[in-house]
Amino acid sequence: MLQIQNLHASVQGNEILKGINLEIKPGEVHAIMGPNGSGKSTLASVLAGRNDYEVGTGSVRYMGKDLLDMDIETRSREGIFLAFQYPVEIPGVSNTNFMKACVSAHRKHLGLEALKPNEFLKMIREKAALVDLDPKFLHRSVNEGFSGGEKKRNEIFQMAMLNPKLAIMDETDSGLDIDALKVVARGVNALRNSDNAFLVITHYQRLLEYIVPDYVHVLYNGRMVKTGGKELALELEEKGYDWIKEPQTAV
Amino acid sequence: MNGQEEDLLSEITGSDYKYGFTTNIEQEFAPIGLDESTIHFISQKKNEPEWMLQWRLNAFAKWKKMQEPEWANVQYPRVDYQSISYYAAPKKKDKLQSLDEVDPTLIDTFNKLGIPLEEQKILAGVAVDAVIDSVSIKTTFKEKLAEAGVIFCAISEAIREHPELIKKYLGMVVPANDNFFASLNSAVFSDGSFVYVPKNTRCPMELSTYFRINAQNTGQFERTLIIADEGAYVSYLEGCTAPMRDENQLHAAVVELVALKDAEIKYSTVQNWYPGDKNGKGGIYNFVTKRGICKGANSKISWTQVETGSAITWKYPSVLLTGDNSIGEFYSVAVTNHHQQADTGTKMIHVGRNTKSRIVSKGISAGKSQNSYRGLVKVMNRADGARNYSQCDSLLIGDACGAHTFPYLEIDNQTANIEHEASTSKIGEDILFYCNQRGIDNEEATAMIVNGFSREVLDMLPMEFAVEAKKLLAISLEGSVG
Repeated sequence: MLQIQNLHASVQGNEILKGINLEIKPGEVHAIMGPNGSGKSTLASVLAGRNDYEVGTGSVRYMGKDLLDMDIETRSREGIFLAFQYPVEIPGVSNTNFMKACVSAHRKHLGLEALKPNEFLKMIREKAALVDLDPKFLHRSVNEGFSGGEKKRNEIFQMAMLNPKLAIMDETDSGLDIDALKVVARGVNALRNSDNAFLVITHYQRLLEYIVPDYVHVLYNGRMVKTGGKELALELEEKGYDWIKEPQTAV
Repeated sequence: MNGQEEDLLSEITGSDYKYGFTTNIEQEFAPIGLDESTIHFISQKKNEPEWMLQWRLNAFAKWKKMQEPEWANVQYPRVDYQSISYYAAPKKKDKLQSLDEVDPTLIDTFNKLGIPLEEQKILAGVAVDAVIDSVSIKTTFKEKLAEAGVIFCAISEAIREHPELIKKYLGMVVPANDNFFASLNSAVFSDGSFVYVPKNTRCPMELSTYFRINAQNTGQFERTLIIADEGAYVSYLEGCTAPMRDENQLHAAVVELVALKDAEIKYSTVQNWYPGDKNGKGGIYNFVTKRGICKGANSKISWTQVETGSAITWKYPSVLLTGDNSIGEFYSVAVTNHHQQADTGTKMIHVGRNTKSRIVSKGISAGKSQNSYRGLVKVMNRADGARNYSQCDSLLIGDACGAHTFPYLEIDNQTANIEHEASTSKIGEDILFYCNQRGIDNEEATAMIVNGFSREVLDMLPMEFAVEAKKLLAISLEGSVG
């Protein structure tokens, strides 16, 4: 599904990603861990297509296509979803209208008819229930006045609405208490199937107790320095990151 | 998203000012320039009575002594008032009896504008008066309105047919010496709409006028007068468009509203005069005086405007709240893009007791445009219990535009209760990235955000016009991001 080869990226002349290699297949959950400033969020932003980053050498193939060639909205419509670390507030635009615009854009891209209002409403109620999102939120402006936890749940709700092939979760667990974390994880697990994949970026292994990864990668100083199974997350939790800070070759 | 919005979005992709065509119809003009003979010419063309001619000449004498105002936050080369023609009219043979007799080219023009002149649209139930350049072309639905006692006609006709109403009310709210542009209008206005709704009558349909500037090197000076007698109600909408031309054209209109005891007037505007091109060349100078008086107790006047057009807008729809318990409202969305400049707002003058006013202004600036809100709330000393609520929100798109707010408060009564709220927000890169990441492109994201931002005002428009206004907002802001 996704093949990243020797990916370099910089922001304002500073190289942040220094040769990332990663392959994700359908049905897999990959976790990326690493200390602050290691390049985790940069990787998420580059995959989503954020303009602030200059991509240097390297390639990213997604579903057989050159991902770096696509504009941001095309990546989204082709099935890449980024759950933001800091979801943005959009004053004056209700969640419902926002989702209507998103879902229509996706369906149009796929050559599907727009949903009828009642079909859309049914869908929106179902997906909101998945993450315990109170229906009253649907009438409020996107993320405006939402608590940190509500914003993150709203991200997972949007993910459920758009049903992505590759979902990238950028520190979705940051700022969540344990109950909210469980709700988010339940939502994600409900969406998992053999056709989609998740790239979960996190600081802590706590989230990975609930969203169990197939692979755990450690990103340090712009490189993947270690890859292992879910037990690697526990090891990191115990020992911290210092023991891997010696430069190593990516596995 | 429903089908209608879908159409809207596909329509806005890649379209420009779509009303920029000109119509080749035979026209007659007044000689270029302005002196007393021009006024005689216009008055004669209109078959006006002598008193009307004198009224105009009086205004002209005042205008000659006045200076063009310079306090607005707009910049433009001064207009040469001697290089304009003050009267242009499609040539016609005789007085029109039915729509069939209207020049087919004109009908075609109005069809292009989407104006419901033809019969099937008349069934939609909106009575229309259409003014092209200086004359009223056709007023529909006259008979049905007449049954209810409502007079809806060209003002030139009202001057001939209803002189008692004109003499009583014309200039009551905007006197001939009110301001430079209003005085000019009083001297040379050529047509416009007149509405009278009799006592305790609810006007049976929406009234609407479309104004169109077609001829080159002409100014448009229409005059509208609406009177709602005691207990009457009327909702009125005006729309305006103009061809794309490289030179600037002057539009100096006057609108007067009079609401007597227990009467209500709702006046909505969708203003889409040609705004000039991307480099600021051409466009309409829209220097307009709009004012209403809540003359009787418990009366209400509500202005709603969606301003997307014009190179320069100078316009302050106001309400004089003389009647006790009367209510004045002003809801405005003003969009500026490219090199457009708008200085718009309102004046709420509280004279009577327990008068209330509400101001909701939404300014949207993009490109290199400048958008100013200017509003006065004045409470006179006998206006016990006056209340005002003002809300001024600005939305910026890009970083080369400007938004300015000039609120003025003059309060001479200690019992007044005045609230003012203001906010400024920006469609920034982060919001666009968020929308893009969800599959929404920049044009659509901007349209969605702008519509959300303006919703409170758009909701005040009659429904069929709200749809049109939404489209306009999107079109006006095309290419402003990304």
